[in-house]
Amino acid sequence: MSTIIRDIEQMQLREIPAFKAGDTVQVHFRVIEGSRQRVQVFEGIVIKRQGHGVRETFTVRKQSFGVGVERTFPVHSPKIDKIVVGAIGDVSRAKLYYLRDKVGKKARVREKQR
Amino acid sequence: MKAIIGKKVGMTQLFTEDGAVVAVTVIEAGPCPVVQVKSAASDGYDAVQLAYGASKPKHVNKPETGHLAKAGVAPHRHLKEFRGTTDLSVGEAVTVEAFGPGDHIKITGTSRGKGFAGTVKRHNFARGPVTHGSHNVRGPGSIGQSAWPSRVWKGIRMSGHMGAAQVTQKGLVVVDRDLERNVLLVAGTVPGAPGSLVYVREDH
Repeated sequence: MSTIIRDIEQMQLREIPAFKAGDTVQVHFRVIEGSRQRVQVFEGIVIKRQGHGVRETFTVRKQSFGVGVERTFPVHSPKIDKIVVGAIGDVSRAKLYYLRDKVGKKARVREKQR
Repeated sequence: MKAIIGKKVGMTQLFTEDGAVVAVTVIEAGPCPVVQVKSAASDGYDAVQLAYGASKPKHVNKPETGHLAKAGVAPHRHLKEFRGTTDLSVGEAVTVEAFGPGDHIKITGTSRGKGFAGTVKRHNFARGPVTHGSHNVRGPGSIGQSAWPSRVWKGIRMSGHMGAAQVTQKGLVVVDRDLERNVLLVAGTVPGAPGSLVYVREDH
């Protein structure tokens, strides 16, 4: 990659906590409604992280009224107020697509024992 | 007439103030010294000639070295004339400062070469059926009539060399610029491979 592009991308990187697929996170997301701004919280399990540098995104999956909801955020988006990492998941895959086919108690991720 | 010569560096993305993502092409442009200003009175048309890409003297041939020396410009690899009136004078340099965020521009480059391409890729022909014994999968189909004219009309679209041709992309918008590094950031895509030469002009 050219140094110019690397510099442009590095300038946009933000401080974010370390998390990976399987972790439970709360994403505090700024929503603009007309003229006022409020923070929306989206809580769920991270099922994937993809991309590198400023182009990296992650997908959070949660169950909402019995329906699976997935939302993808750019990791370094200025719209993200903060990311709060909760439980650290014990998983052996980088992409947890198998959670999509599971419902109820099976659609959980074991917590890492420390 | 605003114009500058540059090199396509590649693409990346930017976050706007409201958090939206814009895909941008990075162009390293200028500084381009003015070598010659042509006017309708003396040359029959208005134009400005810019140089780009400072190089060693041995890489520039003698006629061009003399032409550049006449304007007091160091050896440069590329010379390009842009039509239109200008208030620039010989010896001045055009930098990315000439373009600002929100400016509408058009960019001319050499598109990526695709080699010898069939009609499906080159002219967007529909492909034939792939099953039921068909062998006409990516074939061109009929190329004309029979007894009359007994030949193929000129200009019938067929397979052949595709790409590596001059392409002008209009309606592009400048997102940002970096005066220190001589960089223009343009929203969207620009013809050509990374490292290829591009001509940036204002678009009305």
